[in-house]
Parts: sequence; C-alpha cells; structure tokens
Amino acid sequence: MIKSSVRKLYIALIFIFLYAPIVTLMVLSFNASRSRAKWGGFTLKWYRELFQNEVILAALSNTLLIALLSSLIATLIGTIACISMQAMKRRTRAVMMGVTNIPMLNAEIVTGISLMLLFITLGMKFGFLTILLAHITFNIPYVILSVMPRFKQLNPSTYEAALDLGASPLRAFFMVVFPDILPGVVSGFLMAFTMSLDDFIITHFTKGPGIDTLSTKIYSEVKKGIKPEMYALSAIIFTAVLVLLFLVNYIPKENKEKKEK
Amino acid sequence: MKKLVDLRNITKSFGSQIVLDDLNLYIRENEFLTLLGPSGCGKTTTLRILGGFETPDTGSVIFDGSDITKLPPNKRQLNTVFQKYALFTHMTIAENIAFGLKIKHKPASYVKDKIKYALKLVNLDGFENRMPDSLSGGQQQRIAIARAIVNEPKLLLLDEPLGALDLKLRQDMQYELIRLKNELGITFIYVTHDQEEALTMSDTIVVMNQGYIQQIGTPESIYNEPENAFVADFIGDSNIIASTMIEDRLVQILGARFACVDEGFGRNKPVDVVIRPEDVELTLPEQGTIRGEVTHLIFKGVHYEMEVLANGFEWLVHSTKMFPVGTQVGIQVDPFNIQIMNKPESEDEEAVGVNE
Repeated sequence: MIKSSVRKLYIALIFIFLYAPIVTLMVLSFNASRSRAKWGGFTLKWYRELFQNEVILAALSNTLLIALLSSLIATLIGTIACISMQAMKRRTRAVMMGVTNIPMLNAEIVTGISLMLLFITLGMKFGFLTILLAHITFNIPYVILSVMPRFKQLNPSTYEAALDLGASPLRAFFMVVFPDILPGVVSGFLMAFTMSLDDFIITHFTKGPGIDTLSTKIYSEVKKGIKPEMYALSAIIFTAVLVLLFLVNYIPKENKEKKEK
Repeated sequence: MKKLVDLRNITKSFGSQIVLDDLNLYIRENEFLTLLGPSGCGKTTTLRILGGFETPDTGSVIFDGSDITKLPPNKRQLNTVFQKYALFTHMTIAENIAFGLKIKHKPASYVKDKIKYALKLVNLDGFENRMPDSLSGGQQQRIAIARAIVNEPKLLLLDEPLGALDLKLRQDMQYELIRLKNELGITFIYVTHDQEEALTMSDTIVVMNQGYIQQIGTPESIYNEPENAFVADFIGDSNIIASTMIEDRLVQILGARFACVDEGFGRNKPVDVVIRPEDVELTLPEQGTIRGEVTHLIFKGVHYEMEVLANGFEWLVHSTKMFPVGTQVGIQVDPFNIQIMNKPESEDEEAVGVNE
C-alpha cells in the first residue's frame, strides 16, 4: 500500500518536472492579461492575432516547406544508403554506421557553424536553399538510424525467393523488400520531419537575412520583448511535435497489429 | 535416364576458404538426390550455385543441355524451397503462391486454378486468404513448396526445408515430399545434414565433407557399404576398427580372425573395418569369436544400447536382448556384415576421416 503510493508520487514528481514549464506556457497562452504574473481570464485572442500576423505565417510556411522537402529528400538518400550498407561486409558496414552517427552526436552549434563556413567557402547565397541543404544533412542520420534495423531484421531469403520466382532484382526489391522496411522508412521520415520542424541552432547559422523559420522568428521576436502571441505559437509547435512523435511511435506498431489479425 | 543437371569441375571459395574443390556431379531426370553432410561441407553452396545465387570460380553448370553458369536466378527454369520458408509476410497465401505466375503474366483464371490445385496438393485447401504469420511452421513450409511448384519447374531445390520443424512433423513431411515428387514427376535436389531424412527419401545420396564428395550411391549402398570411415561414421552409428586383411575373405580384427566376404584387398594389408552396432551379436563367452565385458547399458526404447570392452576396443552394440553391466559375453559377426574399407591414402582423405 505504502509502496504503491510512493511509486505513484515518484512518477507524479517526474511528470511535474518534465511538463511544468510547458503547462505554464500553455496556460499563459490563454491568459487575457499581458502580465505573466496575473490571470486575467481565458482568451483565444493571442491565437487569433497569431494567425493574422503575416510575418509569422510566412515563417510557418517556410518551416513546413523546409521540413517536408528536407525530410523527403533525406528519407530517399538515407534509404538508398541503407541498401548499399546492407550489401557491405560487416566491418565496412560498422565503420559506415559510425561515420553516419557522428553528426547526430556532434553539438548542433558545431554542425551549424561548419555548414555556414562550408556555404561561405562555396560562395553560396544564404537563404531557403542553404537552410534546406543543412536540414537534409542533419536529417539523413536519423533516417539511417531508423531504417537500418529493418534491414537487419529482414529475412535475406525473401529477396532471393522473389528472384527465384522470376522477379528482376528491382522488382524483387519493390515487391518484397520495400514493404518490409516501409515502417522504418515512415518512422525515419517522421523523425526527420520533427527534427527539421523544431531546429533552431543550425537554421540560425545557415539562414540569410529576409528568411525565417518559426524558431528563428520566435527568437528574434523574443529579443524585442516577449509577446503572448509567442506563447500561443510555442504551444502550437509543441502540440504539433507531440502529435508527430506519437505517430512515429505508434504507426509501425499499429501496422503490425493489423497484420496479425 | 537422361541427365538433367551436370556440374562440371566446380570450384568455389569465399575469401581464402575453399568451399568446393573441383566438384563433379550429375543429376538424372526425375531423381530424388540428396546432398548430405555436416555444416560447412559445401552442400548448401552447391545448391546456391544451382539456384544462381552464387557463381562458381571455375567450372560450369549444365542444365537441360544448356550452360546456365552465368544465368541470373530469375532466368532459371528451377525453383527453390528455402530453409526458413521465406514467405512474403505482407501478402496473403494466395498472393504468395501467385507471385511467380503473375510475374510471367499468366491469365487470372489460370492463376486461380493453379492456386487451388497447389493448395490441394499440399493439403491446405481454403487457406487462400490467410496471412503467413498465422500459419504453423509446417504449414508455412507447405506453402513455400506450393509457391515453388506452381511454376512447374523441371528441378526443385530444397535447402534443409524440414530443419526448423519438430521430429514428428518432420517425419510426416518426409512422406509428404516423397508423395509430391511422385505425383509431380519433378527432379528434387535436397540438402540436409540429417542422415535419417536422407536415407528415407532419396533415390541417390551424395555424402559430402569439406568440399569433397565422399560417396555417391543409393541409401542402401551408402549405409551398408560405406567407402570410407567418414561416411561410415556420418551415416548412423558404427564401430570403425583398424584391422588387417589377412587374405581374401579373412580379416584380423583386434587379434582375432573373422570371416568376411570382401576380396581383392591383397594379403596382410591394413584396412578399416566397419561393423554396425545392430550387426554385433552377443553370445555366451565361449561361443564368441572374441570375448569381452559389458561396461555400459542404456535402454533406448526399440533396443538396448551397450558398450562391450573386448580386446581393448569399446564395441557399440544395439540389441533387443539385455546383458547387464559386468556380464562376460562373446562377440560374433556375420561375414556379410563386415564392411572392409581402404585406409585413407591422401592427406585430404585423412583430414576428412578425423573431422566429425
């Protein structure tokens, strides 16, 4: 009895630590008063203002477009990379996996600055394209991380069985291998999308003047003084990312359950 | 009968390891041929070369009169049943079976009939809309066989297809496979490390070890007349004893002279003798050719397994009569049950005999 209530209390504490800041933010986004200290009644005013603010909406569309494009391209590149790595010898593959994992462990600020320097060296104009390229770059490892285990689980005989039954190598891949790795590809795509959506540091270093994503926009707005609209925006971003994470974790499982029925 | 497959001088190595060394083998039409040997003997590689999944370093594969050594698997007129079934898990049973036919653009009605026929053949009527995951291992393997045979291959390759099944199911499937082969008239090449499976099903057994063919023959000849110690040891239990051939039809085993039926080994020639445990007859001490003492006794169900220490050798004996440990017994062997083998001559053969 005591044991179980202690357990519950402990879990409650963890949740409070994790979610108290976000809950505060969300509550304040519905606060009619501009003050952070006082509750002035429930309002949707900040949300309304947010969606009338064209600068913010432009940033939103940039964010979504970059997230979508970069995660699609990264998924394509990452999946092809996995196919080739699967065919490598064990040791070469281990080295390759290590190399692709390093950018994930690397401090974002280092990645951001080095990409910036690279773009300068190449004489590229900072803008939409540089952000997109940067996002593709840091997304690829996440795709590989999510697709590679699917290849390892794959029964290598199924591909050979398809060849044996007369399918060309390309056809065998799309009819037999691809459906098996698809859940990994989808979750890799969603993970990349999420990463791109909430990235700030790398975007900050690779964007040019005149273009903003939501995170860089919020940052520059906050420098001028925090407006409650920003609370509303942050709350929306948080919810969107939460939904995506939920999808990443549950879609593959649901697929599996369906199969079992 | 006509040769369907001819493997000529096949050599294959992976890295520095030679898996097949100058292998020559032909398979006749309508034959049930089994490649038998321990893991790493080259039997699976041989099968994969036939299937087109490996290319030999040297040599050629002749199939039905034409050279297919370099032909990719999807262009070969043969099908494979894989060890782990390799069913397509996201497709229904019907879609699995129809896979090969659809690639060949067969008409829908033909495909439908074929699916029905194949399911009937493997005793799984009505399984069309099930998913592979919902089937037991034995059922999955039947589907894998159905998926292969609907394409009407001339040759079916089976890579330890019963390896993952339990004993009872394995025995049932053995009879099933023999029935299928007789009904379909397809040539089967079967790979296994299970000697009992090989003896039960095959017309011809090819015993392999370390990339070499040790013996080719019918199940009876492989069992009764093993050509060397490896074959004798791998196929069933046996007593292998270094002996001397005194003259034709007389062999000296552990100092005692036994009559046998083999001729042409020469005089006073060292040989290996194989005596199956069920062929060792235990008698009263004074009636035996040599005497010994029972040292171990285990009840095996069908028979008793005993070890008899006689003239410094532990004889393995299978008998339905029980002799308790410590009993003094005599050993007799019928001349027909003594199999004489040449001693290994080359180092290769020697290595073969010691291993396993």
